[in-house]
Amino acid sequence: MRKLFLVLMLLSVSLLQAQDYFPTNTGVKTTKNTTVAFTNAKIYVTPTNIIKKGTLLVKDGKIVSVGKSVSIPNGTKTVDLEGKTIYPSFIDLYSDFGVKKPKRASRNNRRPQYDAGRTGHYWNDHIRPETDASLSFAFDNKKAKDLVNAGFGVVNTHMQDGIVRGNGLLVALNSSSSDGYRILDKRSAQYLSFNKSVLSRQVYPDSKMGSMALLRQMYMDADWYAAGNANNTDASLAALNNNKGLIQIFEAGSQLDVLRADKVGDEFGIQYTILGGGDEFEKINDIKETGAKMIIPINFRKAYDVSNPLLASYISLSDMRRWNQEPSNLSVLSKNGITFALTTHDLKSVASFHKNLQKAIKYGFDKTKALEALTTTPASMIGKSDIGNLNAGSHANFIITNGDIFDKGTTIYENWVQGDQHVVNDINVEDITGNYAFSIDGKSFDLSVSGKGAKQSGSLKSGDDKVKSKFSFSAGWVQLTINDGGNFSRIVAQSSANGLSGTYYNVNGTESAWSASKKAADKKDTKKDKKKETSDAVVVMPVSYPNLGLGNFTQPKQETTLIKNTTVWTGEDEGILKDTDVLIKDGKIIQIGKNINAKRAKVIDGTGKHLTAGIVDEHSHIATSAVNESGHNSTAEVTIEDVVNPNDINIYRNLAGGVTSIQILHGSANPIGGRSAIIKLKWGENADAMIYEDTPKFIKFALGENVKQSNWGENETVRFPQTRMGTEQVFVDYFQRAKEYDAIKKSGKPYRKDLELETLAEILNKERFISCHSYVQSEINMLMKVAESFNFNINTFTHILEGYKVADKMKEHGVGGSTFSDWWAYKFEVVDAIPYNAAIMHDAGVTVAINSDDREMSRRLNQEAAKTVKYGGMTEENAWKMVTINPAKLLHIDDKVGSIKEGKDADLVLWSDNPLSIYTKAEKTMIEGKLFFDIDEDMKKRAAIKQEKSKLINMMLNEKMNGGKTQAPKKKVLKNFTCETKQY
Amino acid sequence: MKKYKIVSLVFFFLVGNIIAQQTPAPKQTTAFSIEGATAHLGNGKVIENSLIMFNDGKITFVGSALMKIARQGKVINANGKHVYPGFIATNGSLGLSEVDAVRATRDFDEVGNMLPHVRSIIAYNAESKVVESLRMNGILMSDTSPRGGTISGTSSVVQLDAWNWEDAAVKMDNGIHINWPGSFTSGRWWLGEDPALKPDKNYPKNVQNIKDYFTNAKRYLAGDKSKKDLPFEATKGLFDGSQKLYLHVSGHKEITEAVNVSKELGINNLVIVHGDGAEKVADLLLKHDIPVIVDRPHSVPNNEDDDYDLPFRTAKILMDKGLTLAIGMEGQFERMHTRNLPFFAGTYAAYGVDKEKALQMITGNAAKVLGIDSFAGTLEVGKDATLFISEGDALDMRTNILTHAFIQGRTISLESHQTKLWKRYDSKINGKK
Repeated sequence: MRKLFLVLMLLSVSLLQAQDYFPTNTGVKTTKNTTVAFTNAKIYVTPTNIIKKGTLLVKDGKIVSVGKSVSIPNGTKTVDLEGKTIYPSFIDLYSDFGVKKPKRASRNNRRPQYDAGRTGHYWNDHIRPETDASLSFAFDNKKAKDLVNAGFGVVNTHMQDGIVRGNGLLVALNSSSSDGYRILDKRSAQYLSFNKSVLSRQVYPDSKMGSMALLRQMYMDADWYAAGNANNTDASLAALNNNKGLIQIFEAGSQLDVLRADKVGDEFGIQYTILGGGDEFEKINDIKETGAKMIIPINFRKAYDVSNPLLASYISLSDMRRWNQEPSNLSVLSKNGITFALTTHDLKSVASFHKNLQKAIKYGFDKTKALEALTTTPASMIGKSDIGNLNAGSHANFIITNGDIFDKGTTIYENWVQGDQHVVNDINVEDITGNYAFSIDGKSFDLSVSGKGAKQSGSLKSGDDKVKSKFSFSAGWVQLTINDGGNFSRIVAQSSANGLSGTYYNVNGTESAWSASKKAADKKDTKKDKKKETSDAVVVMPVSYPNLGLGNFTQPKQETTLIKNTTVWTGEDEGILKDTDVLIKDGKIIQIGKNINAKRAKVIDGTGKHLTAGIVDEHSHIATSAVNESGHNSTAEVTIEDVVNPNDINIYRNLAGGVTSIQILHGSANPIGGRSAIIKLKWGENADAMIYEDTPKFIKFALGENVKQSNWGENETVRFPQTRMGTEQVFVDYFQRAKEYDAIKKSGKPYRKDLELETLAEILNKERFISCHSYVQSEINMLMKVAESFNFNINTFTHILEGYKVADKMKEHGVGGSTFSDWWAYKFEVVDAIPYNAAIMHDAGVTVAINSDDREMSRRLNQEAAKTVKYGGMTEENAWKMVTINPAKLLHIDDKVGSIKEGKDADLVLWSDNPLSIYTKAEKTMIEGKLFFDIDEDMKKRAAIKQEKSKLINMMLNEKMNGGKTQAPKKKVLKNFTCETKQY
Repeated sequence: MKKYKIVSLVFFFLVGNIIAQQTPAPKQTTAFSIEGATAHLGNGKVIENSLIMFNDGKITFVGSALMKIARQGKVINANGKHVYPGFIATNGSLGLSEVDAVRATRDFDEVGNMLPHVRSIIAYNAESKVVESLRMNGILMSDTSPRGGTISGTSSVVQLDAWNWEDAAVKMDNGIHINWPGSFTSGRWWLGEDPALKPDKNYPKNVQNIKDYFTNAKRYLAGDKSKKDLPFEATKGLFDGSQKLYLHVSGHKEITEAVNVSKELGINNLVIVHGDGAEKVADLLLKHDIPVIVDRPHSVPNNEDDDYDLPFRTAKILMDKGLTLAIGMEGQFERMHTRNLPFFAGTYAAYGVDKEKALQMITGNAAKVLGIDSFAGTLEVGKDATLFISEGDALDMRTNILTHAFIQGRTISLESHQTKLWKRYDSKINGKK
């Protein structure tokens, strides 16, 4: 056995060879016998094809044959692996192995860079499909060792930088070989992400929706380029077209981004393979629907240290829950039939991979599936049949263990890569673990040895007392030094038939024969262990939608409902009706009247209460993952619909304030902003379900200080426009170009499809409507004139704080105004903002809404509407319209919502009092007849949160007490999105 | 120099325009009797069909209109209307900035960390257009407090109808504001750290710095002061009890330590500002008779799992513990939002606080918190005649419509830059009709 080991050692050293046609200058050229047979092993040819007591024959880095009866040629080295198991080595498809991440580009000055920094490439520096990671690849011996020790044999590595990252390469982790052998495929896949390259400071895109729009434009440009339409060369587009045939791997990193990446891919007929975030279990049905193959990290968070209740109170339930639920992710993915591979990506240390995987298995992840996710699945995802299995002809990448590789106690001995041996734990090291008894000078001792391989360690006791001692086990010899109050005695020994035997040297150096007998394994202990195992049986908290404290465990259902005997604010000509009933069926208002009878309807007593249509907020920035794309002065190509965030707690809080529909607007960082998302606040549903069916098309424009970057600091002075004069020219320029573009498009001549101009042409064709952020009268007037010169109308001026100065002109143009009730004095352009604005515009005949632009104010829009009664003397009925039917009109959704009218959607709020009173509360908020907020249910949720938190705190304390690692408590910081919020 | 001139000229035209002001009212010369209104005294009491009389700037009578007593001076029939003491904003920074985004107008945050000697009253712009916009909503007094640093500086209390800052001050240098360190700090996202809040390891050190500072100040004040130390001199009032220490602090642990450290230092006139979690240390605060300035209720809950209405219920929660409360203005757009003070109180009333108690938060108790309760805050004989008449419930937007307002008996204007613009453009639009 020992001899064989030495031979193998030599063998692997000799394999540090060059290609066989290379000259040899250090000796004579020899050929080696590289045929090795591994016999008597349990062999996982694939996760489902298992051979017991089989033989694996390996030659020249490949598997020659595998099976129960394999004929072993003469001269073959035979390794007897009785009792051992052989698995195919693992594959990691998402790695940066050997590819250094580039350093961030230094800046020449503090001015932002808006244009591309490269020539001969695509117009955006973050599109880098021409990157060939193999050119900068340098095999990293240290990392390779870590990966090999964890069982990996092959990684797919790439440059983790940029939105399009170019091709990666498939590398066998064979440190004994040369790149000529171990690079299995130089162009194995193309990688993409939403994140910009650090190599360029080009601002665009600075939002996720910008990245998505850029990818779309890029794909369209690539087609156009491929058809030979460009009169220049473009190294990026050429490379992109060249990489088309490769597998496309997209770094998403969270469930929402998985869906977003998949959406972009689908639009261009590309099915990305997607790197997930480990949170797929939260929206598993949506993930399943993508049909994407996934690469899943298993970086489970540590339990929070909740021993200090003051600090623990800062941790959100969603964070606690994730600690508890994350380990079940793999099991959930697997049970839902999603094809996925595992990756070490995101792990601080590869060494924690197995521990986390064991945890996932404890949480129900099937071992066969686990092995598949590390071998055959990644192999097939990357389109290789000769890795990830031990079939004849495959690379000789395999692991030798002493048992089930996913068990805690199992030792990986060797990981062979391309037929080269890599020792993880010396297979020849005897296992001497166990308990031994011996006595010296009549005193009896107990020695207990534990650990694996060369790392076996012993501890000494006499009776119940621990005895100071030093134990080592190396190269087959045990050394034990006993410290008896500064008097040292020593033992050297080897294992023997029934324990250990050797020599004892007493304090005086006198030697005598010594032996220790091995005790039979204690059955009671194993029983105890088993008991312990079952006692901490896994408890996984149920997932809510969204998966946070106030999420829904079950979604509200449409019910036939009769609201009886209440004061109904119709928002129609009927005005305010007292003692009236409203009947709702199939999500619609079907009858309004007195004494309505409806059998089988759920009855809500509205006595003393007020029923109104749900509030519509024309200007909101909640429920989104991004607000501004500020990288260009026009970003009509981006859309908030791409980044709707259904998990935002502000959705629930707005429902509690009686809001049912909102327009999520792009911010005001540029004159031509992005497209809106108009959504209903259907808490617990996904983004697509929230967006209006046949949604009206809107886009955000902006004027004034924000678009000319007045308050962005001294360095932001290069982007056009910097004045209101320039702002006009931006509009004229873009509309002129859109007009010319549209003309060519309509003529049937070939044209380069441009997402931005497409959107602007929709405005010219009156298919898309503008909601324009505006403050002072000069520019309000200007934009109306620009629109008129292009023969369309502005739909809405939002904010419009000086609307009262040009209300007559607005009326004439036919534009609506959506304003703040009383905001002013926060910047120079609002010094003339007055709270009477809404009333004056209303008097001029303009359709006026009161909006929020603020996650807090939006939940009190009823109060804001009431301020128009104080400032300017609006009637209560007209004041109320300013947050319901008027914004609905401005958003072109007044055929569905905004008033209580038979046939309209049952988007209703039941208030405890007059809805304009400061003392009122929304008690029930429904959308399409589904009760999404109920003040009584809310009380129950509060109690449930408290209960679940204490349960989880107990679980975390238990983990800590049992020696589990913990992390300091942390408090989730919720982003406050406003018009001016910029990402990154 | 030439350039400077042009800039000044431009500034004059821009800002010069802004400073078109209402004229501060002259001293009260005739007595007033307000008859028939529902009087909300600001101490929890209400008198229906009331009679309020005042002369020489002081209230001379508060009682029932049924009382057979001679009406003094000019009689205002206020049947069906409501009379309130002038509302008082606390922890405000009025007059210290005109336009938030314009740096030239920002005067609330001085350079440095320990600045007890920096006095806000010096920068108080009595002619601020923001200040005048508050009067028509019933806000007639406020403190004006500096911001930033650890010891931000010294605040003063002003009335809102004045020619200049000396005129405006009703209590000069009433207190010193200190921002107590938090035990949590956020990750530096720009260095790639998780932006979530994590326990701050520097917290004990930061607290020690404050202790050291005041210990040194005390030592200085007890010494011969041969070399004058301006900052230490400015802390004198804290140790002799003539000035309040406004502890801007939140959190169970932090509030406890802020109070205990102050007490140890011999600073006894304390007010807690913000005070998130103060309900958990209510016993300590009650024991030392320490009031709390709660934040504006119009804010979103701090934590994801918090009750949606938690910020609306802050006052209710603390009042149930027996604490004395006022409403603070600090936060986004705090100066312009000060005009919503009545509606902040109204919102607290909507969420559990008795209406008169909610009113106390912006009248009688606000005066206590600012140290002006001996002469202001309630409708009581002998106090300043700083009061107003509203068409209806002044805590509700729809009915907060003022007909008269008086500061120290002076009949003040309810006009402002905003009402002037309203009238100008209202007549343009409605004239055309």
